[in-house]
Amino acid sequence: MREKLGLSKEKIAEARERAISIVEPVMSFVDRHTSVTVERATVRLLGADGANGDGVPVPNLIVDSLGGALGDGAAARYANAVLATELTPAELNDRVAKGFDISKIPMSDRAKVHAMGEQLARQNLDRVDQNRSFREQKLRQYEGRNNNPLLYLIVATGNIYEDVKQAQSAALRGADVIAVIRTTAQSLLDYVPYGATTEGFGGTYATQENFRIMRNALDEICEREHRYIYLTNYASGLCMPEIAAMGALERLDMMLNDSMYGILFRDINMYRTFVDQKFSRMINAYAGIIINTGEDNYLTTSDAYEKAYTVLASQFLNERFAYAAGLKPSQMGLGHAFEMDPSIPNGFLYEYAQAQMAREIFPEHPLKYMPPTKHMSGDIFKGLVMDTMFNFVSKATGQNIHLLGMLTEAIHTPFMMDRYIAVDTAKYVMDNMADFGDEVEFRKDGVIVKRAHEVLDQTLDFLREVERLGLMDSIEQGLFADIKRPKDGGKGLEGLAEKADEYWNPVEQQLKSALAVR
Amino acid sequence: MAQIVKPYGDTLDDGRVQLSFTLPVPCGPRALEAAREIVLTWGFSECEIAHAAAMADSFTFFVAYAKTEHGIDFDLVKADVDESTHPMTMDETDEFIRKEIGRKVIVVGACTGFDAHTVGIDAIMNMKGYNHHFGLERYQMIEAHNLGAQVPNEKLIEYAEKCRADAILVSQVVTQKDIHIQNLTRLIELLEAAGTRDRYVCVAGGPRLSNKLAAQLGYDAGFGKGSYADDVASFIVRKMVERKKNEQLLR
Repeated sequence: MREKLGLSKEKIAEARERAISIVEPVMSFVDRHTSVTVERATVRLLGADGANGDGVPVPNLIVDSLGGALGDGAAARYANAVLATELTPAELNDRVAKGFDISKIPMSDRAKVHAMGEQLARQNLDRVDQNRSFREQKLRQYEGRNNNPLLYLIVATGNIYEDVKQAQSAALRGADVIAVIRTTAQSLLDYVPYGATTEGFGGTYATQENFRIMRNALDEICEREHRYIYLTNYASGLCMPEIAAMGALERLDMMLNDSMYGILFRDINMYRTFVDQKFSRMINAYAGIIINTGEDNYLTTSDAYEKAYTVLASQFLNERFAYAAGLKPSQMGLGHAFEMDPSIPNGFLYEYAQAQMAREIFPEHPLKYMPPTKHMSGDIFKGLVMDTMFNFVSKATGQNIHLLGMLTEAIHTPFMMDRYIAVDTAKYVMDNMADFGDEVEFRKDGVIVKRAHEVLDQTLDFLREVERLGLMDSIEQGLFADIKRPKDGGKGLEGLAEKADEYWNPVEQQLKSALAVR
Repeated sequence: MAQIVKPYGDTLDDGRVQLSFTLPVPCGPRALEAAREIVLTWGFSECEIAHAAAMADSFTFFVAYAKTEHGIDFDLVKADVDESTHPMTMDETDEFIRKEIGRKVIVVGACTGFDAHTVGIDAIMNMKGYNHHFGLERYQMIEAHNLGAQVPNEKLIEYAEKCRADAILVSQVVTQKDIHIQNLTRLIELLEAAGTRDRYVCVAGGPRLSNKLAAQLGYDAGFGKGSYADDVASFIVRKMVERKKNEQLLR
């Protein structure tokens, strides 16, 4: 990638320094705390699974039975139960689902419990290792067969079996990435439903069984088309780490996983989110999953021209939080979007400038670029042209993960033919101008260069202000997306606990040691 | 005299219509003929399949041009919106409130139920507004409280009572399986049960909402696609004044 904007290396380095000192104090809080979903993710990675007759998942039954002892962690309890009952995890899960309370079993010898817990963690992480090597092997085997950027499509019927048809059709047409969007309420559920589901609103429940069904369906297409099909879901909301754990076990390839999205856009408590995001990101890091961050949301809420700097600032913060959880730059799908009001003269140039800027500041990161949504009007013909402008910028600036725009955005959840048109026209645009980006340079005093410099300068000012106030106070005062979130407000705070001296978590230990995270 | 209108292609009354659709059949000559024949069963007198493409093993996409003989008497058509009262601008609304109401109008808005899409309520309420139409927060004479997304109906009512709201705005974007209808109905039921329905001007909004539907569900108005804060604000303040006048008449 050749740099064309002449952005100041010093300023970029300063922004990264500011991000470090903004994130540092948050991480020291994070490392002293755990949450109900961190513990549920932990027991899931020791083998806990299933649900009782009322649909309460076994991991919830186990973690709820800890009561006030959440700060001790759930791992020792689960390992102790396997040891004392001499059951397999699957047999134990069945008994828990039928009402067996493992917190009542007296604790065996610590050393034996720890050995059992470490062994269970190893078994499940071995499965994650196998998934990771399988993916890497397929990507090598079918190297050069995917589109560049990867074409990303969403399915959202509410019924996993209907999703499979839509997803297979989209993949056959040329999509590289399939995201199964979640049902609209799921981010606020403090549990992950169990089993295959056929009812959802605006999307389909993320469950481990649904993950498995879609994975198999996409693997079929992968072998038929000789092209790896990436599967994406949403490790966000109140169960970030559990969704990450399930995705790791079922070989998902990408996860929406933002460090602050839940706080700002779902009113989830900030302490809870910061704790949850780290554990979820460590799992994603270990599983070789590419995270996608949610900066596009800043632009659908606020004005995309005026608030462009909030996107870049959030990218720097997401990057820092990601490093702190052991993710490599090649796994950081930082987000941004083509959301400017189409009536702004030169809007295309500004979008081009910002996309090029993101590319130059984050050269190794698989940038995720989102299409116009806010200004899509229902005029499908104009909408298709707006998507075409977006497709052009994406290809010209070398974006990596390209979420295809839908001409029927703002009308309905996409029809099969809407996706077909999106893939077909995007491929046309991108093939037709394949090497355009390498052919052009920008005028040093031109609109594009000036715009990029301006956004970087505004970002630095903004990061300085956030550093001065502290991240949590900045969120409280509404610096991000004009949304104010009090520190003790929002959902899920009651599910947080300080780690006790007794706290023990073999999954966390093994993840941290593999990722060299403290 | 009746004024019969028909779709216009390039000649008056040619009745030309453009269609696109999908059939769950493999692409081929039979698929094309099936597409043509099905269009004719919809009441068109001619149909030409301009484009057909295989989208998957057993799904074909079509672009068709058809001709209809049907027309409609434009004089007899009644619009869903009341076109006689044009929306006032922000300044006009503020002035109207000063003169006719004499205090700030309090508006509470939220996206209710599990619906997480704030784009609609934000477009109407946020300072910035949408498409160069300022939102209610910008109005000098309106005190706007935007509660955001996923607000339970009960919470919204509680809040409206606490801040002595004049109007309640509800936005519903997700409409899959008619979830929005259940949600909207529930709010009115709760208000009626509490005996406070008449205290508020109740307005529903969303891309798939019409004034007709909102009225059926017990709202004072509904605002769909293409509505701005101007429309909503004008409606609320006019409705408040109209209600006050009616009350005075009754006394």
